Amino acid sequence: MSAGDEFRHRTSEEDGLFLGGEPVGVDVAVEQGVGPVELIPDAIADVELAHTAEPVPRTQWQLFRRRFFRHRMAVISGVVLVGLYVACFSAKWWVPFDPNKQNLLLGPVSPRASHWFGTDELGRDQFARIVYAGQISLKIGLAVALISTVVGAVLGAIAGFFGKVTDQFLMRITDLFLVVPAIAILAIALRRFGHSDTTIILVLAGLFWMYIARIVRGQVLSIKEKEFVEAARAAGGSAPRIIGRHIIPNVVGPIVVNATLAVATAIITESTLSFLGFGVQPPRTSWGNMLSTAEGYVGTSNAYLLYFPGLAILLTVLAVNFLGDGLRDAFDPQGGRQ
Amino acid sequence: MLTYITRRVLYSIPVIFVASFLLFAFVRATFDPTAHLRASRTAAEAIKSERKRLNLDKPTVVQYSDWLKKFVRGDWGTSERTHERVFAMIRRSLWVTTQLIFWGVLVSALLAIAMGVYSAVRQYSALDYTLTGLSFVALAMPPFWFGLIAIQFLSADLKNVFHLQEPLFYSIGLHKPGVTGLNVDYLRHLALPVMTLTVQIVAGWGRYQRAAMLDVMSADYVRTARAKGVPRRRVIFKHALRNALIPLVTVMALDIGVLFGGLIITETIFSIPGMGRLFFDSLLRGDATVLVSWTVVTALFIVLFNLLADVAYGWLDPRIRFS
Repeated sequence: MSAGDEFRHRTSEEDGLFLGGEPVGVDVAVEQGVGPVELIPDAIADVELAHTAEPVPRTQWQLFRRRFFRHRMAVISGVVLVGLYVACFSAKWWVPFDPNKQNLLLGPVSPRASHWFGTDELGRDQFARIVYAGQISLKIGLAVALISTVVGAVLGAIAGFFGKVTDQFLMRITDLFLVVPAIAILAIALRRFGHSDTTIILVLAGLFWMYIARIVRGQVLSIKEKEFVEAARAAGGSAPRIIGRHIIPNVVGPIVVNATLAVATAIITESTLSFLGFGVQPPRTSWGNMLSTAEGYVGTSNAYLLYFPGLAILLTVLAVNFLGDGLRDAFDPQGGRQ
Repeated sequence: MLTYITRRVLYSIPVIFVASFLLFAFVRATFDPTAHLRASRTAAEAIKSERKRLNLDKPTVVQYSDWLKKFVRGDWGTSERTHERVFAMIRRSLWVTTQLIFWGVLVSALLAIAMGVYSAVRQYSALDYTLTGLSFVALAMPPFWFGLIAIQFLSADLKNVFHLQEPLFYSIGLHKPGVTGLNVDYLRHLALPVMTLTVQIVAGWGRYQRAAMLDVMSADYVRTARAKGVPRRRVIFKHALRNALIPLVTVMALDIGVLFGGLIITETIFSIPGMGRLFFDSLLRGDATVLVSWTVVTALFIVLFNLLADVAYGWLDPRIRFS
């Protein structure tokens, strides 16, 4: 599945993206120490060959790091994201305006030196509001991704590892969750359970876990059949040992990548629901419900209220997607990229 | 092929029943259809008789089976908000949404295929990179934000800059009041919502088509065709593209199914009286009768198009059918 509705969940199995990196065949060859072989004079051949033929031993972690840091956009995005989180959550120490302080005499003013992003109809500083709203949007995004990933990964692993009836049962449940109209059900659920941050997080996670569950199940199913698992089993390895030593390390990659992409989807979904008025409720602000207010100013001279919250979402989601992309390539250099 | 289709259909049936039961139970548990009676002085009495009339005193399973019997016959009840027959409301909204989906999918599919083929054939070219960059931005953009920006720039600003009497592109509805039919007025109303829809779909489809095309271009049979001297153009469009379209067709089918209940944003922003707008209005007013049928109908579309995707895949690609 790739796109189409207003609620989409990108998974790592999708579109191979390739920004910022050279074709993959080359890196692999170099990393494995089979790079371009030079012709060496006979006299020193023995010494030199002994030198070049022995690949420098590298741990998986080192290989991962090398591949990740070569992905420039992903590194920049990682920095941007950390910056965004730190900036938003440390707002009270550095943002000069109180986001809720009204200044009715000032009214709405367009962006200027004193108010970088302008002020809204009540004279509240837009920059401060965006930074504080970011706390809610970013928190919800991260929490939804974490919870849905843990739930999905555990259920997917159970289904994949135990197979048979357990697998059938869990996968049928997944199918059921996948055929419901997502945004609509989320909106109804929020109306039913309330609009606190915790509720929003749990409700979103409740409709996000299936994607990761499917991916993890697929991974576990294929790894389970690999020779090294068979060998471990033949050697008398117990189920927990096989899961812990052999299966988990091999599914960490897809899990981390999809958890990252889930942050992006969660932020967009939250903003969508809040924009419609079904998510975060005023006076609490998220980027989504700031845009909900701004909608009233489309076509007026105060349209600047519309730009900045949207750009905040765009920047965050873009950075998350780039980061996810870089992680995917770092975990799995052969797959995912064309 | 017949066994393949039969198997898929048989699997969909229990999914439909279980999903519709859960949706029914969920929506019914969320809204109280007797809420409006609470204010009256004889509340307790009135609520009791109304609950009896609506069968709310029976177990959920019984309520569901009663509801299902009526649903199948087209008796979907009466809206608590508009006092109109729900079946008629949904049918009318579906028609509007179908128009939007039709134009949006048509434009998106053509663009996505063109983008995908170009990007794959000229991989790592300047335009390929540009398209990739734009796709990233489109995928990261909240669709409603794009809609609002489009209204601001292409409707409001354009009108002001050129001192027009009327905006070139409208942002409300599908027609001016009193106008119907396929005409310029329709296109001027359709342009912005279709554009909003296209932006959210085309990036994903384009990426998908590019990957599929790259996959096929490196296949042995394509190399063989090149090697025996088939002209490049013919190899790309006849040999490669035909096979590279198969995955896109299935993705399209899956996505279209979701769109029937997924245009809430687009239709709300552009005040288009389709399924999304119907949902929005009904939820605001807690109109349970409409919401029950709405969620079940949209879920049916998702199941139906999932089925279509599977069938199309099996039909277009014999390797799937026989495995």
